[in-house]
Amino acid sequence: MLPVLNAAAVELAVRFGLAVGATINRRSIFARKNYFYPDLPKGYQISQYELPIVQGGTVAVALPEGEKRIALTRAHLEEDAGKSLHEDFHGMSGIDLNRAGTALLEIVSEPDLRGAKEAVAYARALHALVVWIGVCDGNMQEGSFRCDANVSVRRAGDSAYGTRCEIKNLNSFRFMERAIEFEARRQIGILEDGGRIEQETRLYDPDRDETRSMRSKEEAHDYRYFPDPDLLPLVVGEQDIARIGAEMPELPGVRLQRLTETFALPAATAAILTSSRQLADYFESAIANADLETVRQTANWIAGNTSAKLNALGIGIEDCPVGPAQLRGLIDRLADGTLSAKLAKEVDDAMWAGEGSADAIIEKRGLQQISDLGALEKAVDEVLAAHARQVEDYRAGKQKAFNSLVGQVMKATRGKANPAQVNEILRRKLD
Amino acid sequence: MSLSKDEVDRIARLARLAVRPDESAAVIERLNRVLGMIETMRAVDTRGVEPMAHALDVVQRLRPDAVTEADQHAALQAVAPAVERDLYLVPKVIE
Repeated sequence: MLPVLNAAAVELAVRFGLAVGATINRRSIFARKNYFYPDLPKGYQISQYELPIVQGGTVAVALPEGEKRIALTRAHLEEDAGKSLHEDFHGMSGIDLNRAGTALLEIVSEPDLRGAKEAVAYARALHALVVWIGVCDGNMQEGSFRCDANVSVRRAGDSAYGTRCEIKNLNSFRFMERAIEFEARRQIGILEDGGRIEQETRLYDPDRDETRSMRSKEEAHDYRYFPDPDLLPLVVGEQDIARIGAEMPELPGVRLQRLTETFALPAATAAILTSSRQLADYFESAIANADLETVRQTANWIAGNTSAKLNALGIGIEDCPVGPAQLRGLIDRLADGTLSAKLAKEVDDAMWAGEGSADAIIEKRGLQQISDLGALEKAVDEVLAAHARQVEDYRAGKQKAFNSLVGQVMKATRGKANPAQVNEILRRKLD
Repeated sequence: MSLSKDEVDRIARLARLAVRPDESAAVIERLNRVLGMIETMRAVDTRGVEPMAHALDVVQRLRPDAVTEADQHAALQAVAPAVERDLYLVPKVIE
């Protein structure tokens, strides 16, 4: 049976290419990459070599010292190989061929990355982007998004790159950072001992935190590519490219800028809100027809409370038990003074526990701030009568006594008084 | 251009072909005849000719993104030399 290319794989490759501003090759060629490995039973991998579907492009990476654009060499379509499991088979390796033959988009960057931290920042930015545009579900445990890192070192001042080693099996960002750091130290050690680096493929072992040689040297990197006679040249039409471009969601960088500029949000808050498309959608849904102050409060709430709760549970915004409209109901009660910040958190907890809308919870628990001036004045009078000594102290010039009285009123009203109002009434009565 | 014995040995190893020492000379001779023919063809001036990726002048047809393969792992694994937890077992390939 001859291989036939999946149309969705082509569409997603083009979508990625457009998102990174790359050239979409209208005609691309499939080649055979020949090597023997147990997870590749037919002895070659269908890949693209001379003419990949996507060429060039850049990915913006936020680094502590500012944004850096990492250049991409190419992104080519290929078939996935099987998965090798090297542990727990009493001296044998286990081969899982379930994913063999499924389409994979391999994204290759230029040697623009300096060090493990930059490499991880790039990988994270790329991960966020492919998930954002719907090219990948981003699940690293299941291997939907995998990384190999080519590592080389050079003496300070040298312009030429050293011999590189490719590290495979980097299935988390944390392992990626540790593997690159280990590998750089290993290579520096060899060079300092007067040795030379052999170009090879190495495997990262997270248990031992080290990289080990994976394929023997004489066989490495001699793949004898040639055009695959089973597959015809792939042609992508102008109309398809135009349609895929038109269907592209607003990209993360563009959205970040729009939210920052439209609502004057702090950069850090806007960055959190645009960390995933779902979160940005949630925010924008929650602020429908809101005034600027409500927008600001909603942004802070999502970037603070909501994000903290999601992180604590290890879930994404798509699994948040509180919907955007429900959250807005809470923010509105905060904005109109019904709830103090403290009470709003209590209502939020209740919403997360599934107790319904903010208004229903406020009603049921009697949580609304006392805005009835008469009731508040009565509470203040009672506190003043019961705390004659603090009143004396205050009149004798002790400011601390005033704060203590405010505290007593808040306590008497079980936190439902508006502190600003309490302040005002107290001053009026005492001064 | 012609291939040396070392080059043929190396290519054979990469392709997992067992070339016996007594066939080596004949294999080298036959391969070099093929290369000689390629050498003759290289005399043709191909400047300005786009390299051909396939003998057929048509483009790739694509299939819809739908699952068409049935689960046959039981039948396929029945012929494997060693299987455990639905995985094919092979001699360990890394230390």
